[in-house]
Amino acid sequence: MAALLPSPVVLLVVGLAGLLTIACRPTTQPPEAVPGNALPGNFPTPWYALNQNPPNQAAFELGKQLFYEVKLSRDGSVSCGSCHRQEAAFAQANQSFSRGVNNRLGVRNAPALQNLRWRHSLLWDGGVSNLEMLPLAPLTNPVEMDESLDNVLVKLNADATYSQRFAAVYGAGPITSQQFLRALAQFTASLTSANSRYDHYVHGERGGTLSIQEVRGLQLFRKSCAGCHATDLFTDESFRNNGLDASFASDSGRAHITDTPRDRGKFKVPSLRNVAHTAPYMHDGRFATLGQVLAHYDHGVVASATLDPQLRQADGRLGIPLTAKQQKDLEAFLRTLTDTSFLSDPRLAKPQ
Amino acid sequence: MKAFATASRFCQLGFALCMLVSCKDTQQDEVLAPPTGKVVLEFDHVVGNQALDLETTTYTNAAGNPFTVNTFNYYISNIKLTQADGTVWSETESYHLVKESDASSQQVTLQQVPAGKYTRLTFTIGVDSARNVAGAQAGALEPRNGMFWTWNSGYIFTKLEGRSEQAPGNKALIFHIGGFKAPNNTIRTISPALPGNAPLQVQASHDLQVHLKVDVLGMFNGPTPNDNIDFRTLYDVMGGREAVRLADNYAAGMFRIDYVK
Ligand code: HEC
Ligand code: HEC
Repeated sequence: MAALLPSPVVLLVVGLAGLLTIACRPTTQPPEAVPGNALPGNFPTPWYALNQNPPNQAAFELGKQLFYEVKLSRDGSVSCGSCHRQEAAFAQANQSFSRGVNNRLGVRNAPALQNLRWRHSLLWDGGVSNLEMLPLAPLTNPVEMDESLDNVLVKLNADATYSQRFAAVYGAGPITSQQFLRALAQFTASLTSANSRYDHYVHGERGGTLSIQEVRGLQLFRKSCAGCHATDLFTDESFRNNGLDASFASDSGRAHITDTPRDRGKFKVPSLRNVAHTAPYMHDGRFATLGQVLAHYDHGVVASATLDPQLRQADGRLGIPLTAKQQKDLEAFLRTLTDTSFLSDPRLAKPQ
Repeated sequence: MKAFATASRFCQLGFALCMLVSCKDTQQDEVLAPPTGKVVLEFDHVVGNQALDLETTTYTNAAGNPFTVNTFNYYISNIKLTQADGTVWSETESYHLVKESDASSQQVTLQQVPAGKYTRLTFTIGVDSARNVAGAQAGALEPRNGMFWTWNSGYIFTKLEGRSEQAPGNKALIFHIGGFKAPNNTIRTISPALPGNAPLQVQASHDLQVHLKVDVLGMFNGPTPNDNIDFRTLYDVMGGREAVRLADNYAAGMFRIDYVK
């Protein structure tokens, strides 16, 4: 080794290699180092791949700070975390429609934010394609944060702490929209929930026992519900009409994006993880309890041109017939999808 | 021989180091690189045979509607030059936002184009579908440019805003053309004719100037009278079916190479 050192060529190459290490290797850390970035074995391949925005502890912490930052709203009253509460799996608990600046009423129920890495599209109508671009929707929506991207960057650049923290992650210079959006996505992409009793049951792990009632619920779920709430993410990521209304005048769902009549009244099939904590339910938050949801599937399904065929029985009846006992079994099963560690993980909570 | 000895010494430094070095190997290419030249595309905005002035001048379209223009922006992307033998040169990271309000944006300089005779210039009006669904972008594609739809992800490929006394309501004209999915895909790729069919001669000693006339009327006056846009009935477009009509119009008639020198 010593013989090699004096050669100026070698020194040059060592220097060059050093530069290239910086240039071509993203600063990845072992996935477990950043919360929620170990990919659960029972999940499909993520859609927002790890290497698109390699998990990094400092960027994650910065993203978390931004998620809970009220400066992102026009009047400093609302953060992402105001509508997306950790104890409700980052849904907005007990509010049918979300409330934004000046307490303005939104038009849809704020969904849980979990396992976003696996979502093929975002929002109830799938209007947003990439997790990094999602914040632009609430940020600029007059009934949500009512702010402009330009102005958010002005505010962040005027803040010495943010300037330093962004510089530490992305290098010196003014904070750019790309850095801002990628930092936020570091946090939202890390909201992985895969540690429920059901998961332990699937993995055959300790603590993974289901009661006889819960197992009955699981079997029924696989037969009657998994056609849409598929895989261990409990959604097939498709858009479907589950029979809430006969017409969809106030919210046409997927048709709002595709502009085609056959998509009227179709909404993204939601995941059911932590569902016991994300009430109220459906895109407009119309049901307050899981009992009401199950009653809907049993006898509340309404016909319309786009109603999903799975909700039409061979005998012409609508919905999924469920006895009172079956409804109890299903509800018991749905409660096994609660991931307490996710709902209370201090690493995801508002920084003090 | 000496080169080999040096190379093997490098490898003694370790496998990892060699891997790192091999992740970039343009050094060699530069030594052997053929001569290159610059091509400057100039986008000259006009309305028929008048220059485009924002707000001040009233123009008339083929449907007979008077109108003024406040905003005229569009994306030019994936620029390619093709030689007679089919060899294609493509600009890398080829995304440009051209704005009437920003003179410097109306010149796009293609750097390091290999010297040669090119018989075709091709570009896309808009942005390819991959970038429409990609993560946060910088430069021309950055969302602060006001050319990105936040509630229905995707770029506004062409944005024309203005006024017409014949438009209903508040008389505003809003034409936001975009959308990259069937059936409302508005990505259009064109190859405007070269004047006199003379090839573009790219050489190191001369920056080639390609002057394009970009005629706003090309959006509204279609190839046939049926395709003409009448502001009495169409004045507010944000993607969707109607955007396809405007995109078809401008793909056919908005860009013309005026001269090359
Ligand atoms: C005023 C309440 C409110 C605020 C503030 C808010 N959101 Fe939301 N969020 C919602 C609502 C409502 C929806 C569903 C909207 C829809 O589907 O059209 C939603 C949807 C989402 C989704 C899509 C989830 C999915 O599975 O489709 C993500 C991700 C998200 N918000 C992240 C954020 C981030 C990041 C911020 C801060 C920049 C934020 N939200 C601020 C109310 C809010
Ligand atoms: C045909 C597809 C389909 C089937 C079958 C189906 N669902 Fe759903 N489910 C949906 C869709 C779509 C929504 C969202 C609808 C909306 O908000 O407009 C939904 C919403 C829900 C919600 C509300 C979740 C939330 O966060 O708001 C629950 C709970 C639920 N379904 C449970 C079930 C159960 C239990 C079964 C079986 C008995 C079932 N679903 C069968 C498509 C389906």
